[in-house]
Amino acid sequence: MALKYSTKVIEHFTQPQNVGEIPDADAMATEGSPACGDMITYTLKINPETKVVEDVRFRSFGCASNIATASMTTLLAKGKTINEIKKLKHRDITQALDGLPAVKMHCSVLAIDALKSAVHKWEIDHGMIEDKIYKLDYDGVLESLKNCLNPRTGISIVENRLINKLEVEPEAGSVFIELKLCEMDEMYVEAIEEEIREKVQAIPGVKIVLVQFKACEHSG
Amino acid sequence: MIYFDNNDTTQLHPDVLEAMLPFFKEKYANPASLHNMGLEADSAVDEAREKVAGLIGAKPKELIFTSGATESNNLAIMGSARARSKRKHLIISAVEHASVLNIAKRLEGEGYRVTKLPVDGLGYVSPDSLRDAIDEDTFLVSIIHANHEIGVIQDIKTLADITHERGAWFHTDAAQALGKIPFIVGDLGVDFASFNGHKLHGPKGVGGLFINRKTRPRRLMEGAPQEFELRPGTENVPGIIGFAKAIEIAVRDREEVAAYLKPLVKRLADGLSAIPHTFLNGPPPEERLPGNLNVTMLYIEGEAILMHLSNREICVSSGSACSSKSLTPSPVLTAIGLIHEEAHGAIRFSLSRFNTIEEVEEVIKKTVDVVELLRSMTAFIPELHSERQGGKGFYRER
Repeated sequence: MALKYSTKVIEHFTQPQNVGEIPDADAMATEGSPACGDMITYTLKINPETKVVEDVRFRSFGCASNIATASMTTLLAKGKTINEIKKLKHRDITQALDGLPAVKMHCSVLAIDALKSAVHKWEIDHGMIEDKIYKLDYDGVLESLKNCLNPRTGISIVENRLINKLEVEPEAGSVFIELKLCEMDEMYVEAIEEEIREKVQAIPGVKIVLVQFKACEHSG
Repeated sequence: MIYFDNNDTTQLHPDVLEAMLPFFKEKYANPASLHNMGLEADSAVDEAREKVAGLIGAKPKELIFTSGATESNNLAIMGSARARSKRKHLIISAVEHASVLNIAKRLEGEGYRVTKLPVDGLGYVSPDSLRDAIDEDTFLVSIIHANHEIGVIQDIKTLADITHERGAWFHTDAAQALGKIPFIVGDLGVDFASFNGHKLHGPKGVGGLFINRKTRPRRLMEGAPQEFELRPGTENVPGIIGFAKAIEIAVRDREEVAAYLKPLVKRLADGLSAIPHTFLNGPPPEERLPGNLNVTMLYIEGEAILMHLSNREICVSSGSACSSKSLTPSPVLTAIGLIHEEAHGAIRFSLSRFNTIEEVEEVIKKTVDVVELLRSMTAFIPELHSERQGGKGFYRER
């Protein structure tokens, strides 16, 4: 079965809006990685008085939905205040695109995270907030795992209750995660592990990430 | 539309369709029936079996019809495991088709030992690695003949000989090989070989399995005693007729088609090699499966390339993780040493006898445009993001 993209996704993929970069940008962020095959860079123009995002452009290394979600994100971001941007959810982007296949939902998370990251950096640069980073403790790691999606459902692995065990040892810098996967999710083992590693290793102080998978037990 | 995805599937040859039609329309009886119409269908299946067996140098009794190479691979591997239950070791290569990889995985789950032989930078399995891995516990060695992604052709004869020295059976997945490169079972020394029709301008849903009469796998399905009691179910008569016709044409025209494709693929490789930061995956064109080419275009992603080409009326396929359902890059490409960022930009172009040099020129032109477009907007800055620094030539080394 081939992936079915909505007409909107195809439109934004073939004719992406706001491509490129703003030369004298006020804020910039790159999220994602070449290994995962999706990466977005945004440059933003932010009015320091009104805190309105007056211009935003993107560059993308990724698939059609990566390009389309980044393009849609720029449309949604333009003209909004940074507080409004903080309230944007990845679902807002997928809705505006008339949906995404579950397996591609993670693209919208990356698209919105990268934008928020740029805004966040701008706020730090302007002394408006302290750098908020995930803490190396149980809650901090769990919070970061909420950004990892199950490719089958397009929903976070936390919300999907895939996490069976989570052990964090801040002194040793070690994180142990055990996931319970049913047969339908087994084909995504590598993709899920890669995403978990990327998210958890970004937490300062993390040295070792152990990811284990446990098969679901079927009753009967 | 320009169709350069012939290692995936192909268009039906008009003569194949012609041969099949009567078996849909008038000669529709079940070959197991004893009336005249049944006997007629049975004779047609027998003739098809004799024809295909003859073309691969086998006896008719050594060939069964299946639903395709996936089923044939399952039957050969699983059926051998069941038939030789005392031996618990299977050897495959790292560049097998998903059907072989996943049966191996299932056997592993059942407690079997599975060795996946590595390949070199071009995709070749080394006979020495087989010598090292095989032991008295090995029941089967299964190595793909011609690879579906990178077109590498293995030295099956040598690998089969090593296998037999240790009393194991040898299977090859020849889905891409039969009809495109010389294929005579005796010359190759194989015990099993899997075929299918739709890679060769035949119909989908039909294929075959050669089973050397010295071996006998255990059947996987139960039913009536069709196909020498190895594969129950009423025969797909029109499919079998079409399959046999497709193989007959492919074997008959093999050299002519290979000669026709050679300059086309050479031109395509030359044209694509002119794009900066691209390289060929797999062996050089003259060594590989006729019509197959696989090229990585760095700093951009395969699904996006594929879809832009599709919008320009060109059909290709990609080894990128994003275009695979599991979100992991092609295991064949990682087996030949590609890192993820390199596998993401891999595009396979596969040509058939129905493609033309004009189409090749068009594909080169459009690919140049698409690569330029995507690179103009990429977030990938080589100096910053690439894990592999330093340029390479278009052609790879082992």
